[in-house]
This record gives sequence, C-alpha cells and structure tokens, in this order.
Amino acid sequence: MIQFTIEDRNGERQPIEIPEGINLSLMEVLKASEYNILATCGGMALCATCHVQVLNGLETLPEPQDTELDMLDTLPDADSDSRLACQIRVDDTLEGAIFRIKSEEPV
Amino acid sequence: MITTDICIIGAGPVGLFAVFEAGLLKMRCHLIDALPQVGGQLSEIYPQKPIYDIPGYPSINAQDLVDNLMEQIASFNPGFTLGERVEGLDRQTDGSYIVTTNEGTTVHCQVVVIAGGLGCFEPRKPEIVNLERFEGKGVAYMVKNPEQLRDRRVVLAGGGDSALDWTVFLADVANEVTLVHRSDTFRGAPDSAEKVFNLARQGRINLVLQSTITSINGNGHLQEVSITAKDKTVMTLAADHLIPLFGLTPKLGPIADWGLTIDKSAIHVDTTDYSTNVERIYAIGDINTYPGKLKLILCGFHEAALMCQSAFRYVHPDQKLSFKYTTVNGVPTF
Repeated sequence: MIQFTIEDRNGERQPIEIPEGINLSLMEVLKASEYNILATCGGMALCATCHVQVLNGLETLPEPQDTELDMLDTLPDADSDSRLACQIRVDDTLEGAIFRIKSEEPV
Repeated sequence: MITTDICIIGAGPVGLFAVFEAGLLKMRCHLIDALPQVGGQLSEIYPQKPIYDIPGYPSINAQDLVDNLMEQIASFNPGFTLGERVEGLDRQTDGSYIVTTNEGTTVHCQVVVIAGGLGCFEPRKPEIVNLERFEGKGVAYMVKNPEQLRDRRVVLAGGGDSALDWTVFLADVANEVTLVHRSDTFRGAPDSAEKVFNLARQGRINLVLQSTITSINGNGHLQEVSITAKDKTVMTLAADHLIPLFGLTPKLGPIADWGLTIDKSAIHVDTTDYSTNVERIYAIGDINTYPGKLKLILCGFHEAALMCQSAFRYVHPDQKLSFKYTTVNGVPTF
C-alpha cells in the first residue's frame, strides 16, 4: 500500500491509502475521495483546477514536464512547491508525501 | 428583445448539438455564452487536442468538432449572444422566461436549457488587497480597447502568453508599461519572452521579476500599486491601470441563485428528460448530475436529444409529437 496525506482547504489532514500498481493520477484519487475539485480539463494540465502544494516529499516526485510548468506559470498563487495533481501518478514516490489542495473551491 | 423557442445557456458542443435536435422538432434556438466564441471548453482550453470517443470519428480535433457542429446546425439559423454572461431569469405569467445578460440583452423564450459545462469562465483573480474595489476603476482582467491605455501608466501581472503579448503590444501604446512576474523566467512562447526581455533592456518597459503585487490604492481610481519582492522588500509604483492576466477559471455564476437543486456545482436533473426541479428549465452536459453521470460529450448529445423531446410540449403545446428518424425526412429546416 502507498500512504500519503491530503490537507484540505480548511487545514484538515486525512491519510490516504492506495494499493500499489493502480494506474491513477493524484487528481483522480482526490476526486474519488470526494474532495471538491473541478479538474476541468480532465487531466491534461490545461486548466490548473487541481493545483496542489507539496508540503512534504517534493524532492522524491518525478520532475514536472513542460506542459505542467507552463500552466503553473499562469497561476497567481503558484510557488516552487506547486504541482498539478493530474500530472502526478500515484506510485511509491508518493509514500509519506503531504499535499495541500490549493485550487479554488468550486461554488 | 430577442424572441425564440429555446434559450440555450452555453455554446459548447452539447449546447450546439441541442440546436440540431431542437431544429428537427421545429424549435428555434438562441445561444448565450460568456466566452467570445462558440465551442466552450473545446475551443477555449484544448482546441488542438484529439478526441477519440465521438461516434463515427476515430479521432477528431476539438476545434474541428466544434466547426462540424456549427456546419450541422447552420440550416437552423440559431441566434448567438457571445461574450455576455447570463445574469437574470424572470418567469412570466404564461410560464415563459425572459433571460437577461450582464450587457442588458434580453431573450424571451418558452424553455431555458442550461448547457453551461462547468459554468462561466471568469478571470482568475490574484490575492491583492483592494483588487475588487478598483474593478472598473483602473483594474481590468482583459484588454478590450488598447486605445483606452494610450499614454497611460499600465501595470500588467502574470507570466503566461497573454501577459507577454500584451506587454509587447502596449510598449508602443502606453506611456509606461510595467510587467510584474513572480518568477525570473517566462515559460510562455520563447519568442514573446525574448521580446519582453529586449524591451526591458532597451528601457522601454519595466520588468519586475521575483515579485508579486500585494495591494493597490487610489482615490476613486487606481493610483498606485504596491509590489513585494521575494526578499520581502516593498516598492510602490504610480499606475493608472492594473491588468492581472492569470487565465480563466470556471464558475457557476448567477445560475446558482435560480432555485435549482445544486450539489457540488452540478444541477440535479430527472434522467427521463433532463429537466431540473424548476419547470421549463433543463440542464444538459457537464453541468448536470444524476446517478451514474459521465461527463462525456457523447452523453451530453444523448441528453440534448431527450431534452428536446420533452421541451416540445412547452413550445408546441397544441401539437402531438411523433418521433421520426432523420433518415425518414432528412433534415427539414424552417
């Protein structure tokens, strides 16, 4: 099992356990876990509505690709620890990581 | 006032296809969209992305699908109000509706169909103290008329293509142009980034990198912008206009206040006809929700077809609807 933590917009943290070998993105896990995020573009790094801040474990994640960096660059509140959840595959590099949901809450 | 049978809010693929299905049943449509062009998410977010699950098309680019839909509905002559956001909905005594936009356009219709995808795409607003106070008083999120900025002091914020392009353009128009960006590099088009750096080297624009705008002030109209650098130093800049360019984000908007049953930005519908809890208002496509809902264009097309069969009774209450395949009559226009 892969274990990581999600901090919601209210600062509440919830541990998440995902079996290894499941081909999901972090965005898909967030949606499946009933977190209120839009993920408008469906995972193409085109809308930034799945913006997360990596509070722990940033260095172990695979480097962001150009499309992700391009989109992050358009966000007013992105920083060096920002990532798009749709571009992060859930695998053992996420073990122990902590993600804070940064995208705006849908009305 | 515009008069039509069905007012469709949202000109994305599902809204466009609803025009076709309505046209087959002799119902006229008028579409309203906050974006300046048709196509919704497809045209705005991913026009060049291929879509693989449209029946009959092993692969089709998003914009090509929009173009084909426009060709498919052309014979039904739908009306379009683009670049305006629906604000008001007034039910008339006979059950019909008058839909009003933020620009004052009014549409009288028998049926309202919400095909708004994920809602209106609105400018993404940065956290700047007093930002909303100066909207329309120096703060704007797009450049509608560059001439209004001629010989003025303009501050732009952002690091994407829009911020770069407008910085280059306004360098020849405004009296003073300042671009503020939180990073020290730009990931927009390399050519545009190079032009911006060249303009800064020539002293034709001010480039403030590794910084963000934190507050703005003025006496009735914007007068100054406070910029905080990563090292926490603060500088104040005189400015007449601030244009934050951080892209668009979807919002449900005024639809949320229409008494519809809404859960997590989606409208509950009856799957027999995709009607909402409010009579004569339907919701189709990504904006609705029901058990088993799949946010797929092809599901939205199906919903549009069933919606029209149901809406017919309001538009033609004195006629009996008999279902026919298009292979029987072809595509009869008005």
